[in-house]
Amino acid sequence: MSIKLIFDVAITGLIMGGIYALIAMGLNLQYGVARVLNVSHGEFVMVGAFITYFAHVLFGINPLLSLVLCGPMLFIIGLFMYRTLFQYLRRSSQSLDMFEGRSMLASFGLLYVIQNIALLWWGPNVKAYAYLSYPIRFLGLTFEANRLVALLFTLVLILVFYLFVVYSKAGKAIRAAAQNEKSAQLLGINVPAVLGFCFGLGTLLAGVAGSIVSMMQEITPLMGFPYLIIAMIVLVLGGAGNILGSLLGGLILGGVTTVVMYVEPGLSLVVSYVIFALILLIRPEGVLGR
Amino acid sequence: MDTPRALLKKSIFPSLLVLFLATLPFYMPPYTPLAVTSILMYIVLTVSWAMFCGPTRYISLATATFFGVGMYTSAVLGERLPLPLVVACGSLVSFLIGLLTGFICLRLRGFYFAIFTFGLNELVRNFVLWWEGRVAHTVGRWVVLVDSLTIYYYMLVIVLLTVLVAFFISRSRYGLILLSIGEAEEAAAHIGINVTRYRIFFFALSCLFMGMAGAVMATKWAYIDPRIAFNPVLNFTPVLMALFGGVGNVFGPILGAGVLTLASEILLSRFPYYYMLLYGILFIVIISFLPDGLVGLSRRWRENPLIS
Amino acid sequence: MGILEGDKVTKFFGGLAAVFDVDFDINKGEIVGLIGPNGAGKTTLFNMISGSLSTTGGEIRYRGKRISNLKPYQICKLGIARTFQSVKLFANISVFDHVFLGSICGTESRTKTADAQRKAATLLEMVGLSARKSDLARNLPLAEQKRLEVARALSTEPQVLLLDEVMAGLTATELTSFTTLIREIRNEGTTILLVEHVMQAIMDISDRIIVLHHGVKIAEGLPREIVTNKRVIEVYLGTDAYAEHQQP
Repeated sequence: MSIKLIFDVAITGLIMGGIYALIAMGLNLQYGVARVLNVSHGEFVMVGAFITYFAHVLFGINPLLSLVLCGPMLFIIGLFMYRTLFQYLRRSSQSLDMFEGRSMLASFGLLYVIQNIALLWWGPNVKAYAYLSYPIRFLGLTFEANRLVALLFTLVLILVFYLFVVYSKAGKAIRAAAQNEKSAQLLGINVPAVLGFCFGLGTLLAGVAGSIVSMMQEITPLMGFPYLIIAMIVLVLGGAGNILGSLLGGLILGGVTTVVMYVEPGLSLVVSYVIFALILLIRPEGVLGR
Repeated sequence: MDTPRALLKKSIFPSLLVLFLATLPFYMPPYTPLAVTSILMYIVLTVSWAMFCGPTRYISLATATFFGVGMYTSAVLGERLPLPLVVACGSLVSFLIGLLTGFICLRLRGFYFAIFTFGLNELVRNFVLWWEGRVAHTVGRWVVLVDSLTIYYYMLVIVLLTVLVAFFISRSRYGLILLSIGEAEEAAAHIGINVTRYRIFFFALSCLFMGMAGAVMATKWAYIDPRIAFNPVLNFTPVLMALFGGVGNVFGPILGAGVLTLASEILLSRFPYYYMLLYGILFIVIISFLPDGLVGLSRRWRENPLIS
Repeated sequence: MGILEGDKVTKFFGGLAAVFDVDFDINKGEIVGLIGPNGAGKTTLFNMISGSLSTTGGEIRYRGKRISNLKPYQICKLGIARTFQSVKLFANISVFDHVFLGSICGTESRTKTADAQRKAATLLEMVGLSARKSDLARNLPLAEQKRLEVARALSTEPQVLLLDEVMAGLTATELTSFTTLIREIRNEGTTILLVEHVMQAIMDISDRIIVLHHGVKIAEGLPREIVTNKRVIEVYLGTDAYAEHQQP
C-alpha cells in the first residue's frame, strides 16, 4: 500500500466525486425545481465532452477555455429544450404526477434523439485528445498535469456554483421556487422563468462536467448513460431538491466508487446501486432530504 | 359484469384472430411467423407491464430485467431440460425475483419506484456481466437452438395465456382493487385492502410473464450476453406501447404493441441508419400528443362524434 | 370501558407536539364531537386512530384491544372506518363499485360477490345515491361525494365511524339532510366520532364534545357545558355562540 497509491486513489476519488457532484447538482436542479426527471441528462455530459474535443482538435482551443464556451452553449440548449418540450408537457398535464411521469418518458425519447444524432454525426468510435498529459512532480510524487488541473477546476466550479445558489438573489429565487412554487409566485418571483433557468443551468453543469471528463478520458457518443445512473443515485442519496446534498453525495459516491474500482473494477456500479437501494429502503428522503 | 351470452359474442373476433394466427404458417411465407414472433413478444411484454402498472399507476422500468432473467434461465438450463420445463423455470425465477423486488420497493412511491426499477436493470446487467466474466469466465452464452416454428407456437400460447390472465384479472375484484390502489392508495388501505400484499403479488405476476417470454425468445436469438438480455430499450418500449394503445383495458396494450412493432419494423427496413433517431422522436411525439392512447382517442371519438 | 379508548395519546413531529397526552373514552352508540381551532391536532388524532400515523406515546384501544400502530387495513377489518378531510375517492371508479369494494375488502372473512352487491345496493339506498350508481366518482358534486365517502366507509361494516369535517362546504339544505343521515347511522348501532367546524351542526348532533387546542384536551362535556366553558370560549367559539346558548 504505497503512498503513491493512496494519493492516486484520493485524487481520482476527488475528481470523480467532483464530476459526479456537478452532474448530480445539475440533475437536482432539473428535478428538484423544474420537476423534470431528465433521463437524457447523461447525454448532455457527452455533448459537452464532444464540444470541447472538437474545439481543441479543430480549432486548437484550450480545453479550459472551452469551459467558458461550453457552459453557455449548453445552457441555451437546455433552456430551449425546456421551453419547447417540457413547458408544453407541463401545461398539458392535469396533475404534477402526470407531468413528472410524462416528462420522464419524453426525456427518454430525447436521450435517443441526442445519442443517435451524435452517433450519426460523429461516429461510434472512441475519441481522445492529449492535453497537459505531461507529468508533474508534486510532494515528491508524479502526477499527470491534466488530472491536477481537472481537480482544481472541478472544485472551483463547485464552489462557484454553491456560492451562487446560497448567496445570490437568483439562487434564492431558485430555492424558493424549489420549496413552494405558489408562494414563490406570490412573492413576485417569475416562477416559469426560474424553472427554465434551472433546467438550462442543469444542462450547463452537465456539459461543463463533460468538458472536464474529456480532458482525462476517452469519449464516445455512448458515454453518457452511466453518468445518468450515478447522478440518479446521488440525487436520491442527497435528497431531491437539496443541492448541498447532491454535492456531498457526489463526493462521497465518487470516493466510494474509486476505491471499489481499485479493488474490483467490474463491481463499482453494483456497489453504488446497493448503497442506493439501502438508502431508499431506510430513508427514502435521502440522507439529507427535505 | 357481462352475461355469458354477451361474453360469447364479444369473444368471436378475438377467437377468429387466434385461429388465423394459429394457422398462419400454413399459408404464409416462412418469414411471416418470424416477424410475427417479434410482435407477439412485444404484446406479452406490454400486456404484462400494463397488468400491474396500468391500474396501479406505478411506472416500472424494469421490464428488461425480468425478461433478461428469463433469457438467462434458458441459457443456463436449456441444455439439460426440455423446453416446456425451461420456460416454466424461467417464469418461476422471474416471479421470485419479482417478489423480492416488490418487497424491497414496498415503501417507494411513484418517482422513487420508477428510479429504483430503472437502476435495477443496470444493477443486474452489471452484476451478471461481472459474474460471467469473473466466475463463469465467459462473455455471452449460447442458447440451445429451437426451430422458429416451435418458437412461434410457444409465443402464441404465451400471448394467449398472458392476455387471458390480464383480462380476467381486470374484470375480477382484484382488478378493482388494483385500480383503487392506483386512484387513492391511502383510501384503499382504509377500506381493508392490504396494499402491500397486492402490490407485491401482482407486480411479481407481471414479471412472471416477462420471464416466460424471455425464456422462449432466448432460443430465437441463440446468443445472449448481458448487453442483449438486459437491453434498456426493452424497459421503455413496453411503456410507450402501453401508453400509445391506452392502459384502460386489456386491448389497449395489445393494439399499442401491435401497431408500434409493425411501424418500427417498417421504419427499420426503410431507414436502417436513422431508425433509432426516429424511434426517439416518435416517443416524444406520442407522449406529448397522445396521453390517453389510441383507446382513449376512440373513446373521445365515440363521445363526441363529428357526425351526430 | 368504552368501545374506543385513548390513554395519554401523544404524537411528536420532530420537536413539535401535534397531540399531547390526550385521553378519551367513547361509549358504544354515542355521537362524540371533536372540535378545536385549526392545527389543534384533530386530524392527527384521527390519523392515529385509523392507523395512518403511528403514535409517539400512549395507547389507543378498541373494544379493549390495543390498536395503536396497527396498519390501516387491519384496523378497518376490526371495525373502525373513516372519511377524510379532503375527499379521497377513487375518481375513475363508479359509485356502486366504491361501496362494492368496501363490502368485499372491509370485512374479516371473505365476502361473496352476490352478497357484496346486495349490501352495496342497500347502502346506496340509505345515503340516497342509488340513482347515481353507475356514475364515476369524479363526476359527482361535492355533497354527493361526501355521501359516497360515508357510504364507502359504512360498507366495511364498522362499529365505529370517524367523520373528518364531513360537513365542510355544504349548503344549509345539504347540512340538514347530512345531519339526518348521521343520526340514522347511529340508530343502526354505529358509534360516531366526528370532527367539525360547522358549530351549529356539531352542537346539535353530538351527545358529548371534546375540545382540543394546540394538541391538548382543554375541555370535555355536554354541548351546552362546552358552549359556556370559559376556556373554550376564550380559545375558540367567540361570543355569538355563547350568547345563543344563553337563551332559554
